[in-house]
Amino acid sequence: MSTPGLATACAAMLRRDLALAWRRRGDIAMPVLYAVIVATLFPFALGPEDTLLQRIAGGVVLVTVLLAMLLALDAMFASDIEDGSLEQLVLSPQPLALLLGMKILAHWLATALPLIVIAPLLAAMLHLPAAVIPVLLLALLLATPLLSLLGAVLVALTAGTRRSGMLLALMLLPLCVPAVIFAAGAVAAAQQGLPWLAPIAWLAAALVLAVVLAPLACAAALRIALDA
Amino acid sequence: MTATPAAAPLLEARGLSFRRQDEPVFAPMDFQLHAGELALVEGDNGSGKTTLLRMLAGLLHVGEGELHWRGAPLQRDAISGEILFLGHQLGLKADFSPRENLRVAASLHGCRDGASPASVLARIGLAGYEDEPVRRLSAGQKKRAALARLLLLPGTLWLLDEPYANLDRGGIALVNGLLEAHVGNGGAALVTSHGAVTFHGGEPRHIRMHA
Repeated sequence: MSTPGLATACAAMLRRDLALAWRRRGDIAMPVLYAVIVATLFPFALGPEDTLLQRIAGGVVLVTVLLAMLLALDAMFASDIEDGSLEQLVLSPQPLALLLGMKILAHWLATALPLIVIAPLLAAMLHLPAAVIPVLLLALLLATPLLSLLGAVLVALTAGTRRSGMLLALMLLPLCVPAVIFAAGAVAAAQQGLPWLAPIAWLAAALVLAVVLAPLACAAALRIALDA
Repeated sequence: MTATPAAAPLLEARGLSFRRQDEPVFAPMDFQLHAGELALVEGDNGSGKTTLLRMLAGLLHVGEGELHWRGAPLQRDAISGEILFLGHQLGLKADFSPRENLRVAASLHGCRDGASPASVLARIGLAGYEDEPVRRLSAGQKKRAALARLLLLPGTLWLLDEPYANLDRGGIALVNGLLEAHVGNGGAALVTSHGAVTFHGGEPRHIRMHA
């Protein structure tokens, strides 16, 4: 009759959200399709010039992936608020921040990971040199969880408001900018044969900070959203 | 009452009230709830029954007044898991089956001794529907799936908001049976309902809400 340990609770939470995401596979496919369509349209709009595409490829893939992530972002806590599951999570004898951290991890695995998997394909389509693709992937592996965590805080903050999509987009824009600058900077540096580790290190540092602070902020924001 | 009240009440409210945008939702109220007691919260629509229950659960902040738990000022961290709350939103994932929903709840809260999702679902009258997604169940069956949580999870105080809504006659008797057993085991429950409640385990305490 004792309370289950943290590891059990976290594992159950992760399994729950991944299972729920898997039952709604169509929702996972949507951002991937969106990214493929956007990246495919660029050569048609700009003309199939290798040099031009090569120059913009890194930035296009980064922005496409991050925008595709935004599509799924506002759904992160919506269903749990709607059906009352969030109340049950708040009342459970487990630290809410940790449970929400697991939710964010599951959300990242379900939406960002498929995008990262197809990113090399998109990059190749835009003639990004093969040697740069590992740097692009590394930048995405750091920038996408950062966006998930920052986005989760904003989703939690706007959870109580009706039609929060607009507000969310406006608030997220300034927070995305540094992530995009550092990630694109790393890819551009790699493309020019310059050292690219510094922007990657900045991204990693920001990610570490967000991993620690974002779930705590989410928990506080969602408690406030319920307290109304 | 079936059980003799202990010296300190399980839950005590002193001058408890709540304001929403400076409008008082309900007048300051005092009540005590001892272990082994059932209280019915009565009042008209909009009199603040749900607000009171959400406040006691810890979802809403305590406006004015004090809450005491076993004689000491209530500390949410110390009693988390002792309060089970069933609100209008049932807290069930529609894509999961009742069994999966219970499994998730049990891995967060823990299980009562000897209770398992399968045995609890059989008792609550959902045998044969254990693996059906909740979205395909009727409103009454969803309610039963949510009530099953009360049987599975350990908890001292039950806060039930309209537990009889959507239930058939058998379901209402079932809820009464659950409440009787819980109260008989030294638990306590606060129940809101505007329907008539026939409770056989002694006369329940009545808490009247005035706007």
